[in-house]
Amino acid sequence: MKILVGYKRVVDFNVRIQVKPDGTGVMTDGVKLSANPFDDIALEEALRLREKGIATEVVVVGIGPADLTAHLRNGLAMGANRAIHVVTADEVQPLTAARTLLKLVEKEQPELVILGKQAIDDDANQTGQMLAALWDRPQATFASKVEIADGKATVTREVDAGLETIEAQLPAVITTDLRLNEPRFIKLPDIMKAKSKPIDTIEFGSLGVEAHDQLKTTQYAAPPKRSKGVMVKDAAELVAALKQKGLL
Amino acid sequence: MSKILVIAEHLNGKLNPSTARAVSAAAAVKGEAIDVLVLADNVDAIAAEAARIEGVSKVLTIARAENAHPLAAVLAPQVAKAAAGYSHVFFPSTTFGKDVAPRAAALLGVAQVSDVMSVESAHTFKRPIYAGNAIVTVEANPAHAVVATIRTASWPAAATGANSAPVEAVSVDAALPTHTRFVNLQQGKSDRPDLQSASKVVSGGRGVGSKENFEIIFKLADKIGAAVGASRAAVDAGYVPNELQVGQTGKIIAPELYLAFGISGAIQHLTGIKDAGTIVAINKDGEAPIFEIADIGLVGDLFKLIPDIEQAL
Ligand SMILES: Cc1cc2nc3c(=O)[nH]c(=O)nc-3n(C[C@H](O)[C@H](O)[C@H](O)COP(=O)(O)OP(=O)(O)OC[C@H]3O[C@@H](n4cnc5c(N)ncnc54)[C@H](O)[C@@H]3O)c2cc1C
Ligand SMILES: Nc1ncnc2c1ncn2[C@@H]1O[C@H](COP(=O)(O)O)[C@@H](O)[C@H]1O
Repeated sequence: MKILVGYKRVVDFNVRIQVKPDGTGVMTDGVKLSANPFDDIALEEALRLREKGIATEVVVVGIGPADLTAHLRNGLAMGANRAIHVVTADEVQPLTAARTLLKLVEKEQPELVILGKQAIDDDANQTGQMLAALWDRPQATFASKVEIADGKATVTREVDAGLETIEAQLPAVITTDLRLNEPRFIKLPDIMKAKSKPIDTIEFGSLGVEAHDQLKTTQYAAPPKRSKGVMVKDAAELVAALKQKGLL
Repeated sequence: MSKILVIAEHLNGKLNPSTARAVSAAAAVKGEAIDVLVLADNVDAIAAEAARIEGVSKVLTIARAENAHPLAAVLAPQVAKAAAGYSHVFFPSTTFGKDVAPRAAALLGVAQVSDVMSVESAHTFKRPIYAGNAIVTVEANPAHAVVATIRTASWPAAATGANSAPVEAVSVDAALPTHTRFVNLQQGKSDRPDLQSASKVVSGGRGVGSKENFEIIFKLADKIGAAVGASRAAVDAGYVPNELQVGQTGKIIAPELYLAFGISGAIQHLTGIKDAGTIVAINKDGEAPIFEIADIGLVGDLFKLIPDIEQAL
């Protein structure tokens, strides 16, 4: 079984993003970039399925600018067999990402596609669901447990009401939640080994991805600031303050 | 003119309050009609509740056995068909809406606006990115339907009671897949207020230390009639179940009062509570980042302070 894994590069989750003073974007010059945390979880899950003998090949996919190669090498160092780099300098919105992934799915015929539930830059939470719709296959979003047997994925999903379990016939799309697993660290020798693993480079334009009306971002703004609060010295003072505000 | 279709969220035969919040956002579009679509096996009770929400023009129902559980693969094709003639399709930005909306948007071939915080005009919206560290204004093309999820914490629930919108059964010609099957839902049972709509929330983090210790958080919550929340660290450590997680990847909430005990205040947590009326932070580390956004801060050991608070109530 082949598994395709979405492996997006984003601003590292520890960076406190600042909006540019002129409102045209956020400051990304020189900030640390990392794999989307949910995509590391997706890759980890795929690797575990391979280690269990359920999967035979794990392919990481990145859609983005030419300098994505180093990032994809990290995915290879973590353990993916190979990488596909769809090269584009343009912004990739979720519907475009899903249509691009569909082209790769048609080419690669994977039985499982694992994506993150959301990219922590756009926080869209859309691509996996969109791919599943276009592919006309099951989706199991927000997965915290995955079991593969008899051509089916049994997936536990973190939903607002609790934990939901669904059964999806393969091929299917799974999107990961934080508690699915803890991704392994990359070891130095693996970085060396990854250098000889293949990265397929595909020009975005050559895939024939159907264009759609993109959402136009017209302004970036800093979030409204909460005004500075007060410190109280003990519980009695706290309770008095809350009672005064009518909150207790 | 705009016509908005709001997709109802429900569980165990009851309408979820997130639906009335999505109706508020629909009202902000200032269109000519707001219809609510109920997809369920038994629609009557849910539709009756939806019909009472102020501002709703009509409630549409699709009653099918396949709709007994909210499977996105089953619901999305019906939503996409029912969307014909509407300029907007709104879902609450809950796990239900986040699951179904993009699937419907892709079937309609349109981009989706996630987590709408404000409606600037019929096709211009504000939404958060980077865990709420930036707010963007986005424009959708008016040439086709807008599919959006509504960030429930940004919108009050539309009032319920005075309205009695007509209810109409509709049928859509959509082939429903059988490749996905609902197995079960393990639902946290609790008599406490619902985390997403409670006016008061008491929350605990890693500082609470254990599942057993979390009892003092529950006890305080019960004393003041609050819901209970938690940080990701507390959930990961197994102190409380996942549905209590507040933050970027958990629930985004806007209670009048939020009391955080032993939570450091990582941006991913703060993004879930920014809209709270009053944030109270109790932490033994005076340098904890949560004090930067707290309205009232108290430095100290939560195990000593909680009994003190109870005493002072
Ligand atoms: C992609 C991504 C998504 C995330 N999503 C979320 C999310 O949705 N929600 C979320 O919460 N986190 C989320 N996180 C995790 C987040 O970054 C933090 O790791 C987490 O919020 C920390 O939880 P905490 O404050 O309970 O623990 P810690 O940061 O360990 O803080 C514990 C605090 O307790 C205090 N303390 C300890 N003992 C006591 C005591 N006896 N009395 C008083 N205070 C005490 C300490 O001083 C400390 O400040 C996410 C992370 C990533 C990467
Ligand atoms: N440009 C991209 N390259 C690779 N994977 C992507 C890309 N965009 C989205 N994805 C995948 O889709 C998931 C959800 O992204 P989003 O819908 O943007 O929140 C991510 O976690 C990735 O797995």
